Amino acid sequence: MTINRDAKMPETQSGTEVYSFDPLVVKSHYEIDYIHSYGQDSEFFRALGKKKLMGSKCKKCGYTYATPRGHCMMCGSETEWYQLPNEGRIHTFTTCYFGSEEFLSETPFNLIMVEFDGVDSLFMSRLVGADQEDMKIGMKVKAKFRRNQKFSPTDVYFVPL
Amino acid sequence: MKHKGHNVYMVSGGVTKFAKSTPEMDFRLRVKKAFDYALNDANISLSDIDGSVASYFSDHFQRQLMSGIMVQDYLGLTPKPSKRVEGGGATGGLAFQTGVQEIASGRMDVCAVYGFETMSHVNTWKGNEFIALASDTNFDYPVGGFYTGYYAMMAVRHMHEFGTTVEQLAKVSIKNHGNAIHNPYAQSPAKLTIDDVRNSPMVAYPLTRLDVCTMSDGAAVAILASEEKAFEMSDNPVLIKSIGTGTDTMRLSDRPLGKVTLLPNEKESDYRNLKYPGVHSFRAGRTAAKEAYEGAGITDPLEELDVIELHDAYTSSEIQTYEDLGLCKYGEGGPFIDEGKSELNGKVAVNPSGGLLASGHPVGASGIMQGVFMFWQLQHTIKKHFKDDTLQVKNAKRGLIHSHAGTGTYVTATIMEAVK
Repeated sequence: MTINRDAKMPETQSGTEVYSFDPLVVKSHYEIDYIHSYGQDSEFFRALGKKKLMGSKCKKCGYTYATPRGHCMMCGSETEWYQLPNEGRIHTFTTCYFGSEEFLSETPFNLIMVEFDGVDSLFMSRLVGADQEDMKIGMKVKAKFRRNQKFSPTDVYFVPL
Repeated sequence: MKHKGHNVYMVSGGVTKFAKSTPEMDFRLRVKKAFDYALNDANISLSDIDGSVASYFSDHFQRQLMSGIMVQDYLGLTPKPSKRVEGGGATGGLAFQTGVQEIASGRMDVCAVYGFETMSHVNTWKGNEFIALASDTNFDYPVGGFYTGYYAMMAVRHMHEFGTTVEQLAKVSIKNHGNAIHNPYAQSPAKLTIDDVRNSPMVAYPLTRLDVCTMSDGAAVAILASEEKAFEMSDNPVLIKSIGTGTDTMRLSDRPLGKVTLLPNEKESDYRNLKYPGVHSFRAGRTAAKEAYEGAGITDPLEELDVIELHDAYTSSEIQTYEDLGLCKYGEGGPFIDEGKSELNGKVAVNPSGGLLASGHPVGASGIMQGVFMFWQLQHTIKKHFKDDTLQVKNAKRGLIHSHAGTGTYVTATIMEAVK
């Protein structure tokens, strides 16, 4: 044991950005990398690399999902993987001229909900190759896949058919 | 009967003026100001409070976990019971109902429900990112997570299904910003025209800046009490007649295309060709309304409600909500605003305070703010609290407050009644 009455906290060169003195407002930085598991949704993201769009089908009641889920919301049973058609229609759309900070540099971009024949639920995606004025509900669209997979839902996107 | 607990009353309330940024005080002091206003207004002392419910949405905004206990502590309510309730945009409505349950169950005689949010710690676009994290982070957020974008897609589908127009959306903005001119607590009072709304910058088609609520700093407090305590504390308490809550899937894409959940004033033949809820309507809102109406014995909401404070984070969602609440049939929300039925002096005053669009939307406080403004409406004390009589709804006897999360994931409806 050492008792040192002259001990000092080390002084450093780093400082704090101050926006205002009264009230005192300072910059507080925060950054983190997550270890995000796709869990039971993993197959969807892997399949995009093989240019396959995978949804789910309930083993028990047969309800089909364009956006996959491991269990059926209608009956609670387990679902199985189910390949969706590559072509669908615009169920609804928008063009975002502003966005969350992460996507602000990509504006304007189009969001669409896609409906597929014979599939009970929808799929949200980006539409490229069309302006806001070009998009119409019911318009036929086709899935395309990024060559360099990012394991993100934007590995698939749609273009007008 | 489902709701047969003890009767619950609201005995007092307080709200801070909502503003874009109020760095001169933190969330604790902001709640303290609303809390002290509520205590002073009804001569309640700290020792009268048996416990509390804390209402705040996002830990990201303040980067302070357990903010709730810091408020509890600052208000001098420790070591009394408390908990946090969270459910996105509906956090305030859910917390208010939790407070009601604390009294109805007999656990507490007096419960303080306090709500707050400090959104000014980040810029607007970072704030939008935090809010968008309340969408599925596997499938929705990475595609371009932006709540105005999600609501814009719902609005486009509503326009397609029912012929709703952008001018009808604009009329909601004009009404709510206009009402707020007489509400000293409101963040964005304004006298607007349809051109003002349509010519403001497009955020996500068809929603412009004036179709969308703003980020806010704010706090609101509601004091709830049992029947015995309520009449001891106040000669003018307001009865919480019933509560209702509904839910729906996190992802818009999962919303089923089935049959309409009917209210007593509707029949199946009204909706022969409508696939419901799809992305144009809020099944959670309808479910909440249905439960609340059953609890209050309401069979014709337009005739039996005098005033409504509903969750108008977007002009389109106010129109969608007219329909969910059964003020008109599905598809008639556009004509409902055209005909002026939701105006201050219309058939039922909707958002006389200015709503979220003009009062501001500090998320955890918004649902409590609605409770406080409704309380003052039903007490007929708007003039006292607003220093202006304009927004007092004449003969207001019964009102509904409506709080709404996500793309309609959690929705609450609470019926309040004047007793005096």
